[in-house]
Amino acid sequence: MISLHTPIQESALRTLKVGDAVTISGTIFTGRDAVHKYLHEGGQLPPEVKLQGGVIYHCGPVVMQDATGGYKVTAAGPTTSIREEPYQAAIIKEFGLRGVIGKGGMGEKTLNACKEYGCVYFHAIGGAAQVLAECVKKVRNVYMLEKFGSPEAIWELEVENFPVFVTMDAQGNSLHQSVFNASQAALLDRV
Amino acid sequence: MNELFVSLVELIRVTSAEIPADVHRAILHSLEQEKKGTIAESAMKIIDQNIALAKRKSQPICQDTGSIIFYVDCPVGFDQITFEETARDAVKEATKKGFLRQNSVDSLNGKNDGTNVGPGSPVIHFHQHRHNSIEVRLVLKGGGCENVGAQYSLPNEKLKANRDLDGCRKVILDAVLQAQGKGCGPGILGVCIGGDRATGYEYSKQQFLRVLDDSNPMEELDKLEKDITKTANELGIGPMGFGGKTTLLGTKITASNRLPASFFVSISYMCWAYRRQGISLAPAGSLEKWLY
Ligand code: SF4
Repeated sequence: MISLHTPIQESALRTLKVGDAVTISGTIFTGRDAVHKYLHEGGQLPPEVKLQGGVIYHCGPVVMQDATGGYKVTAAGPTTSIREEPYQAAIIKEFGLRGVIGKGGMGEKTLNACKEYGCVYFHAIGGAAQVLAECVKKVRNVYMLEKFGSPEAIWELEVENFPVFVTMDAQGNSLHQSVFNASQAALLDRV
Repeated sequence: MNELFVSLVELIRVTSAEIPADVHRAILHSLEQEKKGTIAESAMKIIDQNIALAKRKSQPICQDTGSIIFYVDCPVGFDQITFEETARDAVKEATKKGFLRQNSVDSLNGKNDGTNVGPGSPVIHFHQHRHNSIEVRLVLKGGGCENVGAQYSLPNEKLKANRDLDGCRKVILDAVLQAQGKGCGPGILGVCIGGDRATGYEYSKQQFLRVLDDSNPMEELDKLEKDITKTANELGIGPMGFGGKTTLLGTKITASNRLPASFFVSISYMCWAYRRQGISLAPAGSLEKWLY
């Protein structure tokens, strides 16, 4: 198990490879469909959202507000990443993202951007909302809640030992591609 | 407080937080199957921890609490309108309590009013029967796995699938291949052979009301179900598509008549977070017993 802390250094990131089990601690930002589309259309983020060199998490958490107005994340699993494929590469480039957390993997454009700009795709366990929520120690802030609604808002989260698996590395390897090719060949033998 | 309302909020809570026993058994079996030390095994371990944690905390197993689909079996003369109104209120209440995520979006303007109630949400299917029992089943079906559902029209030249059971087998297995990594596997398939485009999907979803270890009363479909599960598990797709032994936990297939001109095979994919529960109700709406 490899432990990483944000901000993740490019040198540490370049040594990661497909199949590595990793835990992430530090600050991450959620961002999913609405945010990606918004950025793609030239939308500006509030200045407090410090995505530079950061980690974005494809997630629409369940967040409850207590009587004092504080937020608590009660479920926080990943959402399917491939929907962001049209936008992700440009965002990796623009913000120098070091990590994208999601599920299901992404396509060639993102894989190339990971290699070129030094970013890794971390696969979280889809549906493991409770295990992952336990790793969210604090909600630091929320942005664009009004505009996008709770699941689509940008939540700034402090996480500890958040478990993920490298499925696309910065060397151009994709576990998704290799499993797809092998399973496709296995299926051809069976139909 | 209205007894029906209380029962339905409880049904939603349990469905969202607790995996049915048959599904849990299948998940534990698949955890044992995976090779020790692989990331497939780690994935299954996290899934198993998650199931325990959700139950203990009475919190959603998965944050995508899905489309809310009620199936109601009721006697002749049952007041469907009151049921529907109460179900909508129960959904709002369950959302306030965090058993459901604010999960329903206006398709035209993208707005989410945070209630989970609106056109098409929740979905309620009523079915009358000639006895007095009232049974309410609930399926919460997430978006990630819904997105990998597929409908094929046979013949399909590319897949060399003709209008016969072998053709059905080919397209169903193609759907498994295409779904890999996306629907939070290991998954469960609900399939309808035949029907029209709408009923095909509807009946494929109804298959999720069956328990995983039942048998299909139609022999040829039973055989096909077992064959699909076995073959899919030989493809090496594995949990989350990480590579591994368990790709499917089960396959459930039904058949419906079709028009001579159409031959649809409709496939709904359910993720491992298979949320399905049911209750039977006393006439006044109080909860009598759990169905799964
Ligand atoms: S596919 Fe299922 S387990 Fe995965 S995120 Fe959606 S609802 Fe959750």
